Amino acid sequence: MSTETLPNENVLSKSLPENNVLRLQNITMQFGGVVAVNNLSLDVNKDEIVALIGPNGAGKTTAFNCITGIYEPTNGEVWFQKNLMLANRPHGKMQKMYLGNFPPMDLTPVVKSPDEVTRLGIARTFQNIRLFHELTVFDNVLIAKHMRASQNVFSATLRINHAEEKRMRDETAELLNMQGLLKYKDDIASSLPYGLQRRLEIARALATGPSLLLLDEPAAGMNPQETQELADFIKQLRNEYRLTIFMIEHHMDLVMKISNRIYVLDFGRQIAEGSPEEIQNNQRVIDAYLGVGEKDA
Amino acid sequence: MKNTQTNSASPLQKKKNFTANLITIIAGIALIAFLEANKSAFSYQISILERSAVMAVVAVSMNLLTGFTGLFSLGQAGFMAIGAYTVAIFTIPVQERASVYYVDGIAPALANVHLPFWLALLVGGLLAAGIAALIGIPVLRLKSDYLAIATLGFSEIIRALISAPQFNKITNGSYGLKNIPAFPNLFVFFGIVILCIGLMILLINSSYGRVFKAIREDEVAAESMGINLFHYKELSFVISSFFTGVGGGLLAMFMRSIDSKTFQVTLTYEILLIVVLGGIGSVTGSVLGAFLITFGKEWLRFFDEPLVIAGVSIPLFRTGFRMVIFSIILMLVVLFHSRGLMGSNEFSWPGFVRWLKSFPARFTKKKKAVSDGGEKS
Repeated sequence: MSTETLPNENVLSKSLPENNVLRLQNITMQFGGVVAVNNLSLDVNKDEIVALIGPNGAGKTTAFNCITGIYEPTNGEVWFQKNLMLANRPHGKMQKMYLGNFPPMDLTPVVKSPDEVTRLGIARTFQNIRLFHELTVFDNVLIAKHMRASQNVFSATLRINHAEEKRMRDETAELLNMQGLLKYKDDIASSLPYGLQRRLEIARALATGPSLLLLDEPAAGMNPQETQELADFIKQLRNEYRLTIFMIEHHMDLVMKISNRIYVLDFGRQIAEGSPEEIQNNQRVIDAYLGVGEKDA
Repeated sequence: MKNTQTNSASPLQKKKNFTANLITIIAGIALIAFLEANKSAFSYQISILERSAVMAVVAVSMNLLTGFTGLFSLGQAGFMAIGAYTVAIFTIPVQERASVYYVDGIAPALANVHLPFWLALLVGGLLAAGIAALIGIPVLRLKSDYLAIATLGFSEIIRALISAPQFNKITNGSYGLKNIPAFPNLFVFFGIVILCIGLMILLINSSYGRVFKAIREDEVAAESMGINLFHYKELSFVISSFFTGVGGGLLAMFMRSIDSKTFQVTLTYEILLIVVLGGIGSVTGSVLGAFLITFGKEWLRFFDEPLVIAGVSIPLFRTGFRMVIFSIILMLVVLFHSRGLMGSNEFSWPGFVRWLKSFPARFTKKKKAVSDGGEKS
């Protein structure tokens, strides 16, 4: 593996366009000898809806986990709102094992835990819904408000913070109302029908006050009717909350309908980028989805 | 405070609830006043009540950690020992210390330090909390099973340290400490118990309590809600240990003499049992469990005495047999009521009345279910 390194610490922040929200710069995620994401670079700009698609096992969720701090990427940088948020290069054993296409970067690692990433303004949902199952719908959303509250454990226990608590509750009720979930507020989260659980997860993510929302397969398990509603809902989210949305999705009709731009991943590598029309007509994308015989490859 | 969570109850029902709770409180105060006035006549009953109340504090604090934050710790006895010894060392009257530390004498630095009992309880709690914070830093970063192992080990280390001859001048080693002053009266004792449990209930129903529950439900999701897992686990562990320490201090004042054997692992198991029996995730369940188990152990004393029927002595009735019966009862409860008495619900009078009313229906239903099952097979 080549040992040449690239200096790019401050060069990038100047070259990033004004409306850039998220940039992945040569992100590689390697688990042992498996390269799940290989040299992925992508941009998400303000007010955009960007989709990340690809066959199963292409590394889409891994890419999300790299952005949100659940995984530490092996190599590469993540920029959020023109600030360097995460950076890493292969170290320790990985220096020898590193198989990424991009040479190891010369940079000081920047590590953030998932909660720090959320605090910066990136909220996410999960592919397999991760609600607080035994808690009520209301509490599920209310918990997300905790992060931005100024109380401490004494003021909260002794109810000195009751004004803030009331504000949190009011905001939660308002958010639930807007999402059409208010009538379920005292229901246990796991008792909701599947579609509403998805919606609750999105509501909970919104309650953290994000500027970028990552949706991991929001339409998974939904019928065409529900998918249609979801498309409108996502658009509405972007417009009402002035959110930038980056999503992983398998429902092509949904992706083609609402995305401004699409990135296609296959075996951890980015194979295409472009508008829905461009992607639909891209031969490599079609090959990746339908499979290619030995001769063609 | 609790009512804010369930807005579904009608005003009339709320009023009824309030009245029922008020009557309960007044009855409780009246009972304490009555016992206070007739202390000598009911000393046995009072001592059981006091032990139950101490266990309730410790059980609720364990439940805060296990039931609400989802962390499993087995260090209760150790933290209780810290609280108990702190209270004992600082509250034994100065003039009696020479007779208590009759072996090696007391360390000069401690010889004249005397604190009022409430301050000593606080110091004991804070010391337990501080030590918990130190243990938590390495251990809470790991998955929760390790916490149980590490705290179990810690608890034994504390016990070994306390009985070590090297610490004779502080803890009086294996000779234990005695002449610990008792509470001035029952009101003070139960006041402290209710204050401790009340603070924990307030915490559980606060924003912090919700965060603890979120961590219990799903750590990954909690983290993606901006919750720093380590910070809140540590917080829960420290608070739980604080109240466990205070509980230990209360135990010392109740028993009036303690030694390292008081704080064996069996004490932790007894508390664990209370929590499981009462219902993991239910404060009132823990309180109920504490009273039931402590009283149960006394009621079953009958099995410990030799029983002679018509001149024949029944062989099994001897010292220790009540613990066998006790264990069997517990096994039955856990087998048939696996979520404990309360599950994760809280006690309320309307709920209790509903439960009583459901009794006849439950038996008929059960029979039906059995016959249904029979038809199927």
